[in-house]
Amino acid sequence: MRIFHYWYALWGIVFRELFRFVKQKERFLSALVRPLVWLFVFAAGFRAALGIAIIPPYETYILYEVYITPGLIGMIQLFNGMQSSLSMVYDREMGSMRILLVSPLPRWFLLISKLLAGVFVSILQVYVFLGIAWLYEIQAPLLGYLYLLPALVLSGLMLGALGLLLSSFIKQLENFAGVMNFVIFPLFFMSTALYPLWKLKESSVWLHRLAEYNPFSQAVEFIRFALYEQFNQGAFLYTLAAFALFLILAIIGYNPSKGMMKRKGR
Amino acid sequence: MSDIALEIAALSFAYGKKQVLHDLTFDIKKGECCILLGPNGAGKSTLFALITRLYAHKQGRIKLAGFDIQKQPLQALAQLGVVFQQTTLDLDLTVQQNLRYHASLQGMSRKKANLALAEQLQRLGMYERRDEVVRQLNGGHRRRVEIARALMHQPNVLLLDEPTVGLDVPSRMAIVEHVHQLVQDSDIAVLWATHLMDEVYDSDKIVLIHQGKRQAQGSVANVVQQAGVEDINAAFLKFTERKA
Repeated sequence: MRIFHYWYALWGIVFRELFRFVKQKERFLSALVRPLVWLFVFAAGFRAALGIAIIPPYETYILYEVYITPGLIGMIQLFNGMQSSLSMVYDREMGSMRILLVSPLPRWFLLISKLLAGVFVSILQVYVFLGIAWLYEIQAPLLGYLYLLPALVLSGLMLGALGLLLSSFIKQLENFAGVMNFVIFPLFFMSTALYPLWKLKESSVWLHRLAEYNPFSQAVEFIRFALYEQFNQGAFLYTLAAFALFLILAIIGYNPSKGMMKRKGR
Repeated sequence: MSDIALEIAALSFAYGKKQVLHDLTFDIKKGECCILLGPNGAGKSTLFALITRLYAHKQGRIKLAGFDIQKQPLQALAQLGVVFQQTTLDLDLTVQQNLRYHASLQGMSRKKANLALAEQLQRLGMYERRDEVVRQLNGGHRRRVEIARALMHQPNVLLLDEPTVGLDVPSRMAIVEHVHQLVQDSDIAVLWATHLMDEVYDSDKIVLIHQGKRQAQGSVANVVQQAGVEDINAAFLKFTERKA
C-alpha cells in the first residue's frame, strides 16, 4: 500500500533526526543556552532601559523579559531551521543525502518530511525553554501553551523551508557558515523579536519597514499572539505565504533537472 | 516480462559544455554481473548519478526492469539497490538504525525491516555487530553494512560504484566474492564500476568505457579477443591508452 510507504518513510526520517539530536547533546544544550542567556542576561540588563507600552496582545504593562520571550522562541526555531539545513549540507557532503534522494518517493515529500522532522525537534526545544522560563516566573496563560503548538508548527516549517532553500544553493559547509551570518543576524535583529515595531519607527522608518516585511517578524508575532490565546490573522497568512514560497523554491532547487542539483557536478 | 534488468540506450550527458558520456548503449540481464571498467574520469560515477536520478539526462534512455527512470521514476527507483563510492552511512547511528532508516524509506514495516536486516547482516557476517555505532567499524565492515542495506528491499538491480576503494586486500576480496556469490544464488543483476582488474571474474560481462565512450562490450574472453591481446589487463590498457 502506497499510503503506508509514505507513513513509514515520514517516521523513518523523523526518528533519524531525533536520534541524531539525542546523540548530539551539545547541540541540545547550545540550543537551550542561547535563548536563556538572552532572557536572563540581556533582557534583565535592558529591563530598565526599554519601557514597553501596552500593545496587543498584552493587556497591561509587561516586563521586557515577557516581551522578548516569543522572540526567543522564534530564535530557537530560526537556529533549528538553519541547523537542520546545515545537516542537509553535511548529509550531502557525507553522501547520506543520496540515500534519501534515491528512495522511491517524490522529492517534495522527502523534503517536507525532512522539514517536519526538524520542526518536531525545534518544538521539543521550545517547550523545554518555556518550562525554564516558567520557573523564572515568565508565565503565559495555560491554554496559550496549547494554542502555541500549531503556531510553532507553521513558523518552524517556514523557517525550515528557508533553510532548505539556502541549503539547495550551498555546495560546501564552509559557505554555509557565511550565510548563517548574513541570514540569521539580519533576520533576527531586523524583526520584532527584541523591540516592538513602534519603537523601531521612532528611530528609523526604513528599519521599521524592513522589520514589518521580515517574515521572521511575522512568525514571531504569530507566536506571540498564540501564546496569549489570540489569533493574529495577518501574521498567520504572511507566514503561510512565506512558507509556501520558500518551499516551492526549495523543491525546485532540489529538482534534478531544474534546480541547483543540475549544476552541481560531483 | 523481458529478462533485461537494466537498459541504457543512446545515453549522452554533459556538464555544461563538457561532454561526459557519448551515446552509451548496453544492457544487463537478470542474474548477470556486469563490470563497468574504465579509468578514473571515464564517466562511471556520472553514469551512476544518472541511473539513480541524482542528475537528469536529456538524451537517451535508462530503464530499470522495464521502468523508464524519467517517465516512471518512483517505480524505476524501487528496483534499485545502490552502494555509492563515498560512504552514505550515518556514522553516529548504529548499524541497525542505519538499516531501519533505509527500510522505512523503502516503505518496509518495522517487522519486515527486522527480518530483512537480520537476513542480510547474517549473510554478510555482520549480524553480531548490529548494535555497534558505525563510526566504530573499519572500512571493510562499513562496506558490508552498505551492501546489506542495498539488498534489504530485494532490488532487481544492484549498483556498486567502486565499492572496494580504500580497502585492504582481504576485505576487497571478501566483498568481490560475496557479490559474485549473490549473483549466482539469485536473479539479481549487478552493475559494478571499477578500474581494478582483479575484481573481474571470467563469468562476468564487461562494458569498458573510456572518455565517456563505450570501447568494448561482451564476455571477458570476447573483450580480450576484440583487443587482440592475452588477458583482460592488457585489453584494459589497450582500450584506455589508445585515445588517452
